[in-house]
Amino acid sequence: MRFSGLRVLKEGLTGNKGWSPHWRDADPKPEYDVVVIGGGGHGLATAYYLAREHGITDVAVLEKGYLGGGNIGRNTTIVRANYFLPGNSEFYSHSLKLWEGLEEELNYNVMHSQRGLINLFHNDGQRDAIVRRGNAMVNQGDDAILLDRAALRRKVPYLDFDNARFPVQGGLFHPRGGTARHDAVAWGFARGASDRGVDLVQNCEVTGIDVDRGRVTGVQTTRGAIRARKVAVVVAGRSSQVATMAGMRLPIESHVLQAFVTEGLKPCIDHVVTFGMGHFYISQSDKGGLVFGGDLDFYPSYASRGNLPTAEHVMEAGMTLMPMIGKARLLRSWGGIMDMTPDGSPIIDRSGIEGLYLNCGWCYGGFKAVPGSGHCMAHLVATDRPHDAAARFRLDRFRTGRGLMDEEGTGSQHSLH
Amino acid sequence: MRITCPICGARDRREFTVKGAALALERPARDAGDVAWDDYLHNRDNPAGRSAELWYHETGCAAWIVVVRDTVTHEVFETRLADGDTEAGS
Repeated sequence: MRFSGLRVLKEGLTGNKGWSPHWRDADPKPEYDVVVIGGGGHGLATAYYLAREHGITDVAVLEKGYLGGGNIGRNTTIVRANYFLPGNSEFYSHSLKLWEGLEEELNYNVMHSQRGLINLFHNDGQRDAIVRRGNAMVNQGDDAILLDRAALRRKVPYLDFDNARFPVQGGLFHPRGGTARHDAVAWGFARGASDRGVDLVQNCEVTGIDVDRGRVTGVQTTRGAIRARKVAVVVAGRSSQVATMAGMRLPIESHVLQAFVTEGLKPCIDHVVTFGMGHFYISQSDKGGLVFGGDLDFYPSYASRGNLPTAEHVMEAGMTLMPMIGKARLLRSWGGIMDMTPDGSPIIDRSGIEGLYLNCGWCYGGFKAVPGSGHCMAHLVATDRPHDAAARFRLDRFRTGRGLMDEEGTGSQHSLH
Repeated sequence: MRITCPICGARDRREFTVKGAALALERPARDAGDVAWDDYLHNRDNPAGRSAELWYHETGCAAWIVVVRDTVTHEVFETRLADGDTEAGS
């Protein structure tokens, strides 16, 4: 089934009776070449690129709940490539380029909207840092434009520019940044993988990883044992639990990150605006809801719901920056479980057990990484070598201290990010 | 979430900051090697369930407290002062 404007028109005129399910809901076979644990964005993208780029189609994606029911369905949908450090810079640049061709490639409307992203600054020191970041982005081949106060005011006149504590002095504009429809990304990759022969298995929780003499041989699941030559663990949010099944302890602490959405409003916020000093960022969804979030709840949690102090802090930061949103009524809030690494950067690497690969530690930045992560993970699983764009996402960087990617410059310890 | 400080009694979570797993009380010897230090600094059991953590009563009495709680339900089972002869506060 291909999507096209003509098809949409035809279905619209004939009662939408011709649509078929977008992917096969498969039952697990006893054996596969590759088992991907985790049917979220990263897992589905991994399976898709295994099939598309490497011709490996004897693949199962095992999902304990329903496809796309984890963090891919619980994020704030922002897509950007504005990282500073080598490692992150080339990876997110790679991912953004994949985003830009994704809808055509998948024949699926993921509603990727490059509406532009603005990082605000409030003093000279922050301006210098943001200029430096902008230069790093330009050097990487991406786009960054420094906006002074007047130029920023033309784009986002509704900010409280003269706020006493955080007067807004300007911003870094990243025109190719924006948002995408989070669920559609999962569905699009699921459809693309399924069409190429990948089995997408839902309600199939992995309960054990079988290792024989240092080599992975398969997994135990709630739907029976499945043998596999290679196993990819792509379960950010639950990485520590799954790694424990293979006898590993990961450099990960799990934290909750909250997000919020208001009732639908007329278009008023045209960009993604981030207010780093207030730990606040916001965009407006296509339905009109203001989608915003803040920082972690700051204690380890698997609760998938947030605490009130952080919710209050986020609201206060929003009101500080843009008092105009104060009368919008909040509809919902939710929380996602983040794999937090000590340096705030992810891990895509071999595990030390032959045939077992790790993709984890996405901290609060996993959504924009989905195509890049799947692409690089598929390369690693298929060839046993890291993809150039993700070569620095090594597991051993914490032990050796070489190649740490502490983007915030706060130090490489768990309690600091 | 409310946490019972052994000195001050039950207080709002906002008075506390968390350091992380109570592993911080088991600092390895200076020459213990990179694997031991990596485990201490970075690797975590990170349980979904019962967990022992080190909390700091920042805006209260400034005590370091071992809090045993559930990371899924946020129920607090037990709190006790971190042992005085460790380097927990450093």
